Amino acid sequence: MDFRMDRRKLLLGAAGAGAVATTGLKLPAYAQNAPIRIGWLSTLEGPFATGGQDAWRCTQMILEENNNQAGGRRIEMVRESSNAQADVALARARKLVEQDNVDFMVGPLSGAEGIAVRDYSRTRPNQAFINGGSGAADTTLRNVSPNFFRFNMDGTQWMAGLGNYVRRVLNVQEVAVVAGDYAFPYAQVFGFSLEFCRAGGRATYLWSPLGTTDYSSIIARIPRTAGALVVIHGGSDGLAFMTQYAQAGGNLPLIGGSIMADQSMLSARGPHRRLMVGMVSGGPLADVNDDPRWVEFTNRYRQRWGREGFNSVSIHGYNYYVAMQGTLAALNAVRGDLSGNQQNFMRALAASDYTTPMGARMRLDHNRQAISDVFLNRIEERGGQAVTVAFERARDVNQTLGVPEAQFLGLGSPSRDNTGCIATS
Amino acid sequence: MNGNRIIPISLALLAIMAVLPAVLPPFFTGNILGRALVFGIIAMSLTFLATYGGFVSLAQMMIAGVAGYTVAVLVPGAAPSIVGGVPYALAIPLGLLAATAMGLLVGLIAVRTQGIYLLMITLALAVGVQLFIQANIAWFNGYEGIRNVVGPDVFGMPFRDTYVFYYVTLAVAAILYAFILYFVRTPFGLVLQGMRDNVRRVNALGYHAATHRVLAFGVAGFIAGCGGLLFTFYNIGISPGSIGLAATVNILIMAVIGGLGHPIGAFIGALIFVVFDTFAADLYDRDRFNTLIGAVFLIIVLVSPDGVLGLAKRLRTALRGKPAAVPAEAPR
Amino acid sequence: MTGGLAATVVLNGLTLAALYFIVASGFSLIFGLMRTVNMAHGSLYMLGAYVGYAVFEPLYDQDVWYAWHVAILAGIASAALFGVLMQVTVLGWMQGQELRQALVTIGVSIIVADQLLAFFGGTSRQFFAPDAIFGSTEVPGVGRYPTFRLVQIGIAVAVGVALWLLLNKTKLGLMIRAGVDDRQMLAATGVNVPLVSLAVFALGAGLAGLGGVIGSTAQPLVQGVDARFLLTSLVVVIVGGMGSIAGTAIGAVLVGLAEQVGQAMFPTYSVILTFAIMAAVLAVRPQGILGRPA
Repeated sequence: MDFRMDRRKLLLGAAGAGAVATTGLKLPAYAQNAPIRIGWLSTLEGPFATGGQDAWRCTQMILEENNNQAGGRRIEMVRESSNAQADVALARARKLVEQDNVDFMVGPLSGAEGIAVRDYSRTRPNQAFINGGSGAADTTLRNVSPNFFRFNMDGTQWMAGLGNYVRRVLNVQEVAVVAGDYAFPYAQVFGFSLEFCRAGGRATYLWSPLGTTDYSSIIARIPRTAGALVVIHGGSDGLAFMTQYAQAGGNLPLIGGSIMADQSMLSARGPHRRLMVGMVSGGPLADVNDDPRWVEFTNRYRQRWGREGFNSVSIHGYNYYVAMQGTLAALNAVRGDLSGNQQNFMRALAASDYTTPMGARMRLDHNRQAISDVFLNRIEERGGQAVTVAFERARDVNQTLGVPEAQFLGLGSPSRDNTGCIATS
Repeated sequence: MNGNRIIPISLALLAIMAVLPAVLPPFFTGNILGRALVFGIIAMSLTFLATYGGFVSLAQMMIAGVAGYTVAVLVPGAAPSIVGGVPYALAIPLGLLAATAMGLLVGLIAVRTQGIYLLMITLALAVGVQLFIQANIAWFNGYEGIRNVVGPDVFGMPFRDTYVFYYVTLAVAAILYAFILYFVRTPFGLVLQGMRDNVRRVNALGYHAATHRVLAFGVAGFIAGCGGLLFTFYNIGISPGSIGLAATVNILIMAVIGGLGHPIGAFIGALIFVVFDTFAADLYDRDRFNTLIGAVFLIIVLVSPDGVLGLAKRLRTALRGKPAAVPAEAPR
Repeated sequence: MTGGLAATVVLNGLTLAALYFIVASGFSLIFGLMRTVNMAHGSLYMLGAYVGYAVFEPLYDQDVWYAWHVAILAGIASAALFGVLMQVTVLGWMQGQELRQALVTIGVSIIVADQLLAFFGGTSRQFFAPDAIFGSTEVPGVGRYPTFRLVQIGIAVAVGVALWLLLNKTKLGLMIRAGVDDRQMLAATGVNVPLVSLAVFALGAGLAGLGGVIGSTAQPLVQGVDARFLLTSLVVVIVGGMGSIAGTAIGAVLVGLAEQVGQAMFPTYSVILTFAIMAAVLAVRPQGILGRPA
């Protein structure tokens, strides 16, 4: 017996066992009664932290509804947090996929993160990546990834109908657009401007970097000829702007972006709330909607979370809920079978066709991007609280807003210099 | 550290690092050891300036980012494609050149500042450059950064491969480390250390202290640039968030925890940081990682300002039974 | 830019400078006497703001008129207390080791920021200023202007005058100025220098706390605000000169104006103007406009 040989084997074995133990390496879950491990990523830190927290609340809700299982198998969620930055989101996604060995992942929340995770998904073609709520346009329009699925519409889609409404119904000739200088607002501004300018409106654009806290000189530059103010900011930027606009005595009619007229903003205490009543906006949900499904859903949300949650579900929570709806439905359709490089599962995801809690139909297009309904809503004061009330609905809005895809792509990516404001000659 | 023993110890460490991937899972190799090496290179540029020049520069992460952004802007396949089409063989040297130039620039701006002022000025510069990059869409794509920078093919193998990435990074780290150890013994390096100890005397001897300072920053910029390139390839892209205040402070934390007394400290600190970062969820609350690492950092600064290296030194002297003497500043 | 817009922008710059002055003056004071670069200055701002808000919210809900005023006191007190705690437990015994003190305060700031996040959560908050100073006032040449911003100028002037009086007309001020010149000599004359240092630290920290409540009435209180105000204070004192109240005022005015003019004329790169000014000052006069040569 070679003593040295044994000791080396022992050491290597111990090292290996130690390494395995510390990384929690798991064997592939081919067995039908092994749990499905789903990675979950959202912004639990940074500017959209409260949105990420609501996303987790809604995810928990749908898991509880389904007894924490799908396709006959138990579900295990592995949660990670990011902070709206692309590199951090990528690092967390890689940890979920490569270290925690999740079967697939759901997330992220924010625009830039979504693009980074989409690029990562291309390097892992045998695993599905389901978007959480990120709404940048190019994620599913340019450099598309075959295994990245998005069950929420992008920022451009959410503005469908708003530009026309402002120009034609409110009869506003000129607007001032105040927006954040990053991907998601670009998409929203694009969607608004396409309709508004084509209908003959004029717009001035005032951009400010993410994280601006003092908007006084932006406010000073709002043209006196503007008939309405379009505010496309999110999170704390939106709050700061509205408060300072109120303090400066601003009184223009307000048009808001999808994450402005949202409970994540309206539930926050502050001087901004007074001013936001009357704001018109567009998006995938509204607090007040007659559909019985929605009434039941929001009641359940309030009962489940009470003061821990917002006054009603936020857009971020809603997006993640809808994404999980699609995920669980597809898992049920394939009876929990993720084998064969998840090809059956991904086919089921691509073929999704279900109804969201707002009573809207949800399908995916050929780029695996959501086609669903968009609601125009107005902020009203009801029962001492500010809520969004839906008053109009556009059905089956797709990513190119009905424009032929080649033509839409020809318009270029939304950006600061490409606002979509192309007047008809 | 005892000068005679540093070479064999370093070589032994290198050998261990070269062999470890054989027993560790790929995630460990790439995302813990590999990441620690990349951060270590950038932290080493800070340690280099601090140990041998006496300057604590908080601009190193930003300089690393400059190299990364240069390459991201130039290479084919990047999304969005800003310039594009420049092969890696040309883009990489250009990136290193940009980082060195930025290092020289930082040195120039800060040439007349010392000590704590230098720390503050380099911090402000780093944040200023980051904010500029974040604001500029035309060249740097603003907040989202530039993605899909996959790295060059090494001997036909993609850089994305865990083992290619690891061994290239290990080689770069080893070469830069050896370079620093050699460099500080050259006349330039000795003048630099002399400046750290007594600037006036160095000037009196006829050396132009300011020039040496600026050039030292340039050298540190080059080292940081190497790290920045590897960092960019590891992240398949770069964004302003990775060179901002948080990233800058993290590099400082790594350098200090490991010990500012010797370049190896940078890698020790980086490894500790990466291990904490990866396993914080299991140790403590994942959400409270910052409290954890901040507490470790604080304890180290309070208890052992020379970091882990200092602790090791003290332990050694304590174990030998001798009173823990404060070693004189001998040339290393 | 039209005349009206120019006047507005200048006023914006001055009112913002007022806020920056209040915050940076504490930073400058602590450095001036104790040569301590308090990298946790932003954390003191944030701590004062959060504690102030915790005190403010229940009082505001009860419609008490003095809610905001009490919040200010709470903010000042909590920040001052924490500052004293820092000085007594960690900073006091490493007097003279500037770099080490800077590193310690960096460590403290990381922990404080994270714990405040854990305790108060990520929601954005903002104080409601008393109705009397909310809303707008008619300013000649500018039109309707937010009243609160004008109040900021008033508070900043009051702080500046108070500091000047303290430093030049009181015994404590005399000791502080002597200590700035020669610390050891001051100790030799029998003055309890550590106690004076504590007083200065409490004052400087308290100013940060005051800035926290005022600032969080003008702008939302969110994660990251500590880094922002620390960096701004750094730039203000680098430009104006450390340890000089007048210098801090000049630095604040330059930075505030640069930010607002930049935002009005080229918003994308407005931040560059601030840093360009800083770089220019450094190249020409490294100790700052009114600073003493190092």
